[in-house]
Amino acid sequence: MPLLTVEDLKIHFPIGHGQVVRAVDGVSLTVEKGETLGLVGESGCGKSTTGRGILRLLPATSGRVHFDGADVLALSGEEMRRLRRRMQMVFQDPFASLSPRLTIGQIVAEPLEIHGIGSGKAEREKRVGELLESVGLPALVARRYPHEFSGGQRQRIGIARALALDPAFIVLDEPVSALDISVRAQVVNLLADLQAERGIAYLFVGHDLSLIRHAAHRIAVMYLGRIVEIAPSHELYENPRHPYTRSLLEAVPVPDPTRRRERAPLEGDPPSPVNLPSGCRFRTRCAFAQEICARKDPPLLPVENGAPGHVSACHFANTLPMWTAPHAAASVTALAEEVMAEEGLTESTPPGK
Amino acid sequence: MPEPFLSIDNLAVAFPSRGGKKRDLTRVVDGVSLTLAKGETVGVVGESGSGKSMTALSALRLVPEPGRVVQGTIRLGDTDLLALPEKAMRSVRGGRIAMIFQDPMTSLNPVFTVGEQIAEAVRVHRGIQSRADAFDEAVAALKQVHITLPERRARQYPFELSGGMRQRVMIAMALSCRPEILLADEPTTALDVTVQAQILALMGELRRETGMGVLLITHDLGVVAETCDRVVVLYAGQVMETTDARTLFAKPAHPYTQGLLASLPESAPEGATRLPFIAGHPPANAQAVTGCPFRTRCPKVVPGLCEKPLPTITLAPGHVVRCHLYGEGSPSPPERSRAGAPDRRESPVQPGGTA
Repeated sequence: MPLLTVEDLKIHFPIGHGQVVRAVDGVSLTVEKGETLGLVGESGCGKSTTGRGILRLLPATSGRVHFDGADVLALSGEEMRRLRRRMQMVFQDPFASLSPRLTIGQIVAEPLEIHGIGSGKAEREKRVGELLESVGLPALVARRYPHEFSGGQRQRIGIARALALDPAFIVLDEPVSALDISVRAQVVNLLADLQAERGIAYLFVGHDLSLIRHAAHRIAVMYLGRIVEIAPSHELYENPRHPYTRSLLEAVPVPDPTRRRERAPLEGDPPSPVNLPSGCRFRTRCAFAQEICARKDPPLLPVENGAPGHVSACHFANTLPMWTAPHAAASVTALAEEVMAEEGLTESTPPGK
Repeated sequence: MPEPFLSIDNLAVAFPSRGGKKRDLTRVVDGVSLTLAKGETVGVVGESGSGKSMTALSALRLVPEPGRVVQGTIRLGDTDLLALPEKAMRSVRGGRIAMIFQDPMTSLNPVFTVGEQIAEAVRVHRGIQSRADAFDEAVAALKQVHITLPERRARQYPFELSGGMRQRVMIAMALSCRPEILLADEPTTALDVTVQAQILALMGELRRETGMGVLLITHDLGVVAETCDRVVVLYAGQVMETTDARTLFAKPAHPYTQGLLASLPESAPEGATRLPFIAGHPPANAQAVTGCPFRTRCPKVVPGLCEKPLPTITLAPGHVVRCHLYGEGSPSPPERSRAGAPDRRESPVQPGGTA
């Protein structure tokens, strides 16, 4: 049984005049213990809203969320407060998510105080020191303030705070989008280490597809409030079976100047989540759209000849043309392998359980 | 190499040191030289705080107070920009050199329609007096950046447009005055990959049409691979390596450039859950580090050598690296051949669109 099961989650926002923004409009997904599920899509597709809805930081309009046997959306305030110990969140902006007036020690100790963990100040201080060390910061930074730290260090502090209550599940909302490339890799590696040590499950919300490929075991692709495809990471990149997933992958610039593209893979903007197209939501921008796409909303179904768990919501998922995955220049890959060998990073954890 | 049109030579920009004495200055740009020809796209690459944006702002003489240019020259054609009277400089800004930024809302005025804003720029820089004519020019500019229904969009306010559309408006405004040079500071960083691809394609098309030179500031090496003819790699305010884009990705010489390329998630081997990275942080004050500013993080550092002033070494025509490993007294210049590296390309290599 999965640790987290989300069924037909809807989060709608009324905006007056009887109109409704369908930010999340029927999302179903599962996350296993110790697994990372990537959730990707363009701005406004509802990926962050989904993450917040699961933690009840935003009220759900309808649907079910089951976490380790608990019916999350039906819990009372007190029950929910207790469950929050096990479900945490790391935010995108490490500059906005840490109070500038608290010391690092106070920030990391706050969840411990709220939940009455640790019998005294000394014990909490010790615990804070351990948490900071577990994210690669010296314990003595507890006395300093957020402004003294770089973006990457602040994100480590945010992760230490999320770890304070020893959660089983963390929603990572674009945790590295605000960081420089070399720092991004450090934070992603830290998250992988913590998962290996503690068996934490992550919902990794992001828009950087090349990064999520390495950070997630499985990936769900969202468009206009719906999941259009879910697959194991490797499978999603090598054998995408939804035209939108393909457009997203094609749009990522390839670090190889000998392989430039002349035209953008996807024209126009997504339609408004207030006035959704009939049938398939992607059909207005889809190169493969047929008459049936305007008539019938395609359900998420297993694809033929796909890996187990590979589902796509496209009428033509099984008849799309062959796909060739874009790759980095060979010289660049060789460099990375060299660096990884030097730093002893080559022992890769096998994805999935 | 084409004739340089914008040339920055030995530029230094300094700010008063934090907590230091009044006359102590910290150089955020230190001895940067680069050139840009008409019709060329040059990428300026580096991490936050490497001096990319300050270098570009210097060309417009817009370095924010209390920072200032303390050394070097910047020439646009025959004009010495740093010696120009302020009044003449004003017609250069937005006229001969335009700049676009990461966040379009910082450059768009929220209380005017986008058409009015572009029309104003056209009246100031192109001497078109009639308001109606200027507005028509604004509509034409919006059309040029592929905004649908340009007449209607021209009458809308910035908040009514999507992020990608605002970025197009800013590009339209920058290009409406037909600049010779476009300084683009992380123009697609805040955008989704799909919109980024649209904007990059648009910038490439407009560059080919107008023949302007583009200085593209970015930390995204994928964007560099896709758009740039040449690349300048900055670290801690100094140029580490300058070369053409193909050489940068095929034979990066500086250990910092190599580290940046290796940290790309795209370059990590299949199935790796841990990614390679450059350990450590850039120095808070690069001048406190003698010799090479990267030596504190460099995996190939040679103690006793890298503390010495950095040599500037030409490896090949147009490929310049500042690193002791390639200089005299180096133990052995590193071999750059990649024989035996797995070739991951699955389709034949297509020649890119380099000018």
